[in-house]
Amino acid sequence: MLSRKVSIVNAEGMHMRPAGMIAKAVKAHPDSEVILKADGKDIKAKAVMQIMAAGLKKGTEVEICVSGGDEQAVLDELAGMFEDGFGE
Amino acid sequence: MTTFSGKGVYGAVALGKVSVFKRRETTVKMLHVDDPEAEKARLAAAKAAAAAQLQEIYDKALKEVGEANAQIFEIHMMMIEDDDYNESIESIIDTQSVNAEYAVSLTADNFAEMFASMDDAYMQARSADVKDISNRIIACLSDEGTQTAGSDEKVIICADDLAPSETVLLDKDKVLAFVTAHGSSNSHTAILARNMNIPAIIGAGNAFLAAVKDGVFAAVDGYTGEIFLDPDDETRTRLEQKQKADEEKKRLLQELKGKENVTLDGTKIKIFANIGGVDHIGAVLANDAGGIGLFRSEFLYLESSDYPTEEQQFAAYKKVLESMAGKKVIIRTLDIGADKQVDYFNLAKEENPALGFRAIRICLTRPEIFRTQLRALYRASAFGELGIMFPMITSVSELEQIKQIVNEVKGELTAEGIAFSDNVELGIMIETPAAAVISDRLAPLVDFFSVGTNDLTQYTLACDRQNAAVEQFVDTHHEAILRLIEMSAKNAHAHGAWIGICGELAADTTLTETFLRMGIDELSVSPSFVLKVRDAVRRTDLSR
Repeated sequence: MLSRKVSIVNAEGMHMRPAGMIAKAVKAHPDSEVILKADGKDIKAKAVMQIMAAGLKKGTEVEICVSGGDEQAVLDELAGMFEDGFGE
Repeated sequence: MTTFSGKGVYGAVALGKVSVFKRRETTVKMLHVDDPEAEKARLAAAKAAAAAQLQEIYDKALKEVGEANAQIFEIHMMMIEDDDYNESIESIIDTQSVNAEYAVSLTADNFAEMFASMDDAYMQARSADVKDISNRIIACLSDEGTQTAGSDEKVIICADDLAPSETVLLDKDKVLAFVTAHGSSNSHTAILARNMNIPAIIGAGNAFLAAVKDGVFAAVDGYTGEIFLDPDDETRTRLEQKQKADEEKKRLLQELKGKENVTLDGTKIKIFANIGGVDHIGAVLANDAGGIGLFRSEFLYLESSDYPTEEQQFAAYKKVLESMAGKKVIIRTLDIGADKQVDYFNLAKEENPALGFRAIRICLTRPEIFRTQLRALYRASAFGELGIMFPMITSVSELEQIKQIVNEVKGELTAEGIAFSDNVELGIMIETPAAAVISDRLAPLVDFFSVGTNDLTQYTLACDRQNAAVEQFVDTHHEAILRLIEMSAKNAHAHGAWIGICGELAADTTLTETFLRMGIDELSVSPSFVLKVRDAVRRTDLSR
């Protein structure tokens, strides 16, 4: 298992669009299981509603944990999405 | 007669019968089932049908309201596939041996409740999305098709507010106008009404909603934002006249096709069109533009996932030049950066993109991209009347570098024995205050100037175009801007160059006389504004 800590830079937090982007990216790698740890919660990254329901706000620290598949590549991809503010 | 008022989002008038938009109320009954597996199979089929509907709505929305507004339906599709949501539905079917409709409905309530209880207004509003997708699945389970209005008559659609999917699914041929009790001027309804050129009023209020009934005759004035239910004879006549005046204006404009752009005292001006893709050439010709004053070449880069090749660019430019059959076509070289981003350019994120690495700055820093475009442009020049225009110029040395590269490219083509035209006009955009102020130094080096008023306004008034908070400080008629344009015109003419305006201001007919008096040689506007500007020119008398 690989993990990395990132923080949410979007002003709006993890709203619908970023949540959708993450779930979509994770579903593209069915061999990897991805959990987001934030605010004391374990969030399944492929579950768009769970991500939204976690209500993560700007500045929240999120630990991305990837197990299985090409762990490094998946981790880099997801971390990159957080860092670049989901293109916003 | 009862009168209500809201905010008009598209100026036009409509009279006709009201159709109150009704949502299908689905009542879900709990039924015992003996075979949960069969029930789950029904669920899977309904989900597939719902996803197919959403895909259709997404495709339709993409065409009608653009990607940013269509994205919501892509997320709705993902919500239907959401594991937690589906596990909940299936576990209710399994453990309680109930029908799928009931399981979906119960799950929807639970998820909606979870969102509604969050401390964030945005997330609370997401419970509507959960209900929207759940109702769609339930409708598919009940085997009901999508609801369409039964009447053949054109109607005024009245609603509390219209959800994106509802707006997109309306049969556009049967809509005379939209009136909603709530909603914002950026709502889907407003965007769609503008695209369809039909009157729309938003924010008419709850009292309107309570008063409006199906089949009532109504008059909608999108200019003033007024709605008259059961209008009296006087109001009806007044609005019918207003509508007639609108039609008369449209007809007049059609009559102006083929007429010269000449003022009452005989001053002539060219009216060209601005376009952003090969698909729009039809509109340029239909509206009788004298040429293309701004062809934005960005589409070639934005639509592609890697740098467009010389051949791809050549084919596109050649097509434009050939379609315009000898009429002038001014193609602006690559203008990305700022609000237009292309992934494969790998541009760094900037604090102030409008003041950043964009347009000619990219081309001069990465000349290989620029050379490819210039080679394609010169090769295409053999097939029509080409002008090339460079964006974001601020100095003489930039222009000298550009001309150096142009000469090298021409030399290469000559050496390779490739034909190109000797009459390609070279010009620059005047869109920075710097270029306007030194226009006396730039004019001797070019054949023409084209004023980009949108950026010139942004840079002169120090108001970011993307920042809504400073919108109130933007005065597009600011004296500073008009003086910069006048100064550029004087300097262009002093050095034998011509000057056009290709920003939004060119279509502002309250300034047509001002521009004519400055001696502007060409106005380039959206194709649909060409005849409106021609009308304004033909009414102007500079001798007075």
